[in-house]
Amino acid sequence: MKSEAGLKLGKANLEVFSETLLSLARQNKNVLAVTSDSRGSGKLVPFAACVPEQIIEVGIAEQNLVGISAGLASTGKIVYAVSPASFLTARALEQIKNDVCYSDQPVKLVGISAGVSYGALGSTHHSTHDLAVLRAVNNITIIVPADNFETEEAIKAAATIPHPVYIRFGKRPMYHLHGPGTEFQVGKSIVIREGTDITFIATGETVYHALMASRVLEEKGQTCRVISMHTVKPLDVEAVLHAAHDSQALITVEEHSVSGGLGEACAAVLA
Amino acid sequence: MTDDELRLKSIYYRKNVLKYIKKANAGHTGGSLSCVDILNVLYNRILNVSPETFADPKRDRYIQSKGHSVEALYVVLADKGFFPESDLETLCRYGSHYVGHPTRKVNGVEQNTGALGHGLAFSVGVAISAKKDNADYKVYTLLGDGELAEGSNWESLLAAAHYDLDNLTAIIDRNNLQITGKTEDVCDIEPLAAKCKAFGWRVENVDGHDITALTDVLRAIPLEAGIPNMVIANTTKGKGISFMENDYKWHHRVPDDKQYRQAQRELDALLGEIES
Repeated sequence: MKSEAGLKLGKANLEVFSETLLSLARQNKNVLAVTSDSRGSGKLVPFAACVPEQIIEVGIAEQNLVGISAGLASTGKIVYAVSPASFLTARALEQIKNDVCYSDQPVKLVGISAGVSYGALGSTHHSTHDLAVLRAVNNITIIVPADNFETEEAIKAAATIPHPVYIRFGKRPMYHLHGPGTEFQVGKSIVIREGTDITFIATGETVYHALMASRVLEEKGQTCRVISMHTVKPLDVEAVLHAAHDSQALITVEEHSVSGGLGEACAAVLA
Repeated sequence: MTDDELRLKSIYYRKNVLKYIKKANAGHTGGSLSCVDILNVLYNRILNVSPETFADPKRDRYIQSKGHSVEALYVVLADKGFFPESDLETLCRYGSHYVGHPTRKVNGVEQNTGALGHGLAFSVGVAISAKKDNADYKVYTLLGDGELAEGSNWESLLAAAHYDLDNLTAIIDRNNLQITGKTEDVCDIEPLAAKCKAFGWRVENVDGHDITALTDVLRAIPLEAGIPNMVIANTTKGKGISFMENDYKWHHRVPDDKQYRQAQRELDALLGEIES
């Protein structure tokens, strides 16, 4: 299936996450998935079937999920703690702050069904706070991949980062936004489209929507740069400054509250 | 070391706990004094860990969930050679790593603690890892009794039993007091042993100031194959100092000069009793 703009529809980032994690786990028995009754929603049922010794279930207990993950990581395990972003980053925030970040235990926190992915299920299940709260916690890298390529790269990169990482994504299929040869580097944004009038700085699944908006604007005579700011922290400050220098206007787009997210991070750079 | 030598050590530890709390003009006096004998037995008889082996993946782990009693931990770690005792002159000073709760910046500390209800989950993670690796090291964590009101502990109690973690031991410093008063008045945790047994743990009660009894129970770990171990160590908050014992107000009070001198005199008298 192709979008109006000719983009090819890929898989859900969630699915790419689970496939990538399984691939990592097959190569290294120290790679573990820790779940809080979330293997179904995390698409980790095949993972559990293929490498049953490498999944640890803690039940519906997010605080325990993060605390246990920190203990596992302290012994050298490569730990992906997987839970819906809403519960992971609110219920277990103190465990993230103290057990993982303050203690510098290199847990990879994976927030699934992030933003408003749960839709009509209601606000209990939405995470439009997670970027804000975790930006305020010291010692954590925050990655919000836009498409399948960014997701795969982020999951792989997290395995090599010896410090805490948070990765969040939704569950709908995503369009492929990047061509072959694109390089992914944590902390370095990717320019998807060049333009000089307006720059969209978007993160995660809203990058696609920014790209669509840029096409509409181009029909009206405005050329737009579209940046995938996949790493929200540490922010690619240089890219923000360049965009401010080169463009007449900056527009930030994110699936998050306007308080404390990507928009405020960019505004702080330019203030 | 003989039991009497360890009893002497406990008194020296208590003297140092008071010395550095007095010097820093800060600290958790009552709870540090209540857990001294537990730490003494752990570090001098049970734990397979030393400054030389602290990086060894197969070392035993001690995680102090009741992080506020950090002065007792620092004093014992200094005695074991993890850092020079003179470092404690900087306790709670600006720029010092020796802050008022354990951090990994201090050699010998496994995990940053201080917010309560965190150490047990972390310990469960370490114990699961040991099982996965077929490693025979053991994991010990010390919790306060007031701390047990934190719900996260009960999540961890469930998980430890679910994963058959007989390599995990939770020691409860059951001194019956917390910052507001009696634990039973603040939020009743009894019947504690029955609750923990119902959660699938093997529970032993012990006099938390009896070096011999503590040694016997901790050397008997695992108490039962496939079952996590809980040792309820019945202790006295402010142990060893007559006017601090069983008085919740000494939770984090610092003695004034007169009180300090009296406290040291009382401990010196105890030293004399054992030495004679």
